[in-house]
Amino acid sequence: MSGHPQSPSPVAKLTPLRELVIEPGRIGQNYWWDLWRYRDLLVFLTLRDIKVRYKQTVLGVGWALIQPIVTTIIFTFVFGKLAGMTAGGVPYPLLVLAGLLPWQLFSAALTGSSVSLISNAHLISKVYFPRIIIPLSSLGVALVDFVVVLFLYFCCSIWYGRIPSWHWALLPIFIFLALTLAFGAGLWFTALTVKYRDFRYIVPFIVQIGVFVSPIGFSTGVVPTWRNLLDLNPITGLIDAFRWSLLSDGQPFDRHGIFTSIAVSAILTASGLWYFRKMERTFADVV
Amino acid sequence: MADDIIIAVESVSKRYVIGHRVIDFTLRDRVTRAFRSAGSLFVPGARNAKVANDEFWALKNVSFEVPRGQVLGIVGRNGAGKSTLLKILSRITDPTSGRVRMRGSVASLLEVGTGFHPELTGRENVFLNGAILGMSRSEIKRKFDEIVAFSEVERFLDTPVKHYSSGMYVRLAFAIAAHLEPDILIVDEVLAVGDAQFQKKCLNKVSEVTRSGERTVLFVSHNSAALQSICTAGLWLKQGQVAFSGPINECLAAYLRTGSQAADFPPPAEPKPYIVSVRVDPHSLAEGRIKVDVAFSSPFPLSPPVVGITISSKFGQPICGSNGRMAGEKWMTGAASSGVVTARIDHVPLHSDTYRLSVYLGDFGMDYDQKLDVVDFDYLSPRFFPQMPPLQVIGPADFDWNWSLSAH
Repeated sequence: MSGHPQSPSPVAKLTPLRELVIEPGRIGQNYWWDLWRYRDLLVFLTLRDIKVRYKQTVLGVGWALIQPIVTTIIFTFVFGKLAGMTAGGVPYPLLVLAGLLPWQLFSAALTGSSVSLISNAHLISKVYFPRIIIPLSSLGVALVDFVVVLFLYFCCSIWYGRIPSWHWALLPIFIFLALTLAFGAGLWFTALTVKYRDFRYIVPFIVQIGVFVSPIGFSTGVVPTWRNLLDLNPITGLIDAFRWSLLSDGQPFDRHGIFTSIAVSAILTASGLWYFRKMERTFADVV
Repeated sequence: MADDIIIAVESVSKRYVIGHRVIDFTLRDRVTRAFRSAGSLFVPGARNAKVANDEFWALKNVSFEVPRGQVLGIVGRNGAGKSTLLKILSRITDPTSGRVRMRGSVASLLEVGTGFHPELTGRENVFLNGAILGMSRSEIKRKFDEIVAFSEVERFLDTPVKHYSSGMYVRLAFAIAAHLEPDILIVDEVLAVGDAQFQKKCLNKVSEVTRSGERTVLFVSHNSAALQSICTAGLWLKQGQVAFSGPINECLAAYLRTGSQAADFPPPAEPKPYIVSVRVDPHSLAEGRIKVDVAFSSPFPLSPPVVGITISSKFGQPICGSNGRMAGEKWMTGAASSGVVTARIDHVPLHSDTYRLSVYLGDFGMDYDQKLDVVDFDYLSPRFFPQMPPLQVIGPADFDWNWSLSAH
């Protein structure tokens, strides 16, 4: 065989491999690249949570509907009938449901992401992947529940003879804003819960308080004197934006509230990411 | 790093802090501590009071290199740092000091069926678990039929895995793992479970993959036969440090010789019957059985020599025990003044854990010597139970339970 070119040695044939360095404090290198590589895991974890939620309950989708329906009836009675608040020409149940939509999206996403690390502790101690996938994947369930209730709203709206206007086109932006707000806070809470288990009790408490300090059962237009105070709550702007988009009642779009919402969610998400990334290295040792 | 070195571990150490002092588990602890340290400003000397932290070095200055295509077997007792090492290499936790350099993609298998959800079907779990182990959706799709065929559970693919037997569960989980194609594969003690035939199938699959020379494998096991058949090199970890690194046969020989699964005793000052050594046979342990050899010596014939053995939990709580007298006629074998008494348990009703032996020596009428809590050994049960509660809850005994339901 002399004279023929030698076949390359097996070592030379091997493809060059990416080098990975593990050192104290460097666990997060290539983080965003890894996040992209694990994008399918994000999809499957999201699907898992959704499937499990609807498989485990007998009523399935029914659960997602019962809560908003009952709340809408009670709030319509308390605020619309007992307190005699006005809805500015909109059927009162629609006003309540349009306010309930962003609130439920926010509170479900916040609750889900806050417990996400603890409820996935077994994964954290057994495999590597960018941990942020866990709180991210928990948002899917909240979004699916939201879509179910949005469909309910759509039906009610038609039933009341109100046709959705072009304002609906901006809804995805507001949904994104609600999710960002919940995700930012959720990042803080879920990382803190790993270290301080007390935070498991704090989030339900915040959600409970939130129902009372947010204008879910009434229109912000009926409380002009308290307007500035209400606007401190980032949920207020969200609820107004959702009502503007869904009700199309001719009210002008209110800028002040939404600015608070945008500012708060930007700050929470940025700082939440920072804190989460900082604590992430210790999750497997503590959880 | 030289071209053919795939993994270089350079004086890696890992410290864990036990106790509530440094990691505050509740906010209250944190707040009390803040107040206490504020108060200590006013108490001279209190600030300098040493806080007794229980530091624990799971790994200390561990260094080794793995060339491409090597299958490295890692041995060591429970708590020697094997799992911590694998967790660092898998990037689950980072080292306290030192550095690891690796080339290529890494997949690690530290548990059977990580992330399996009981409510999801076999099919859904294949995709979920595959993604958890680092496969992409298209990769899983491509290998799906092969995985299913390997697992032998085709018929139950659309049944939630909570209805699977533990054997089916293990087979499906392994089938997914066996189809991973990383450059570096890290495998913890997972091949111990499942039926023997399926274990062999998995081992064959692993060695098939490794023989191609492209893949580097780190393999932790108590099963010396498996290690011997698929590994080329061995690493023995002892109390967080490398005790031996070299060819697998030498490594296993050194480990099995001096593992503390055996104890030797000097003769007593005044002549009397005594226990010379206690040895737990590692090969039997690897096969899920327990075999204990107790050597004895006596200045006069013991008629008959009687050995008693108690197996305790790692906390010293006795679990079971027996002795030659209890064996009755089966044991009455005549007199001897030295020799080895062998006790064997073929079907061990214990879960995987560390256990402790106490040994007694006597004859028909009286006891002469006793060695309490002398040997620790790691028992690895071949039985696997998905979603088994921790042993603190259910205890170490593993009986065959029979369940029935009469619904009304």
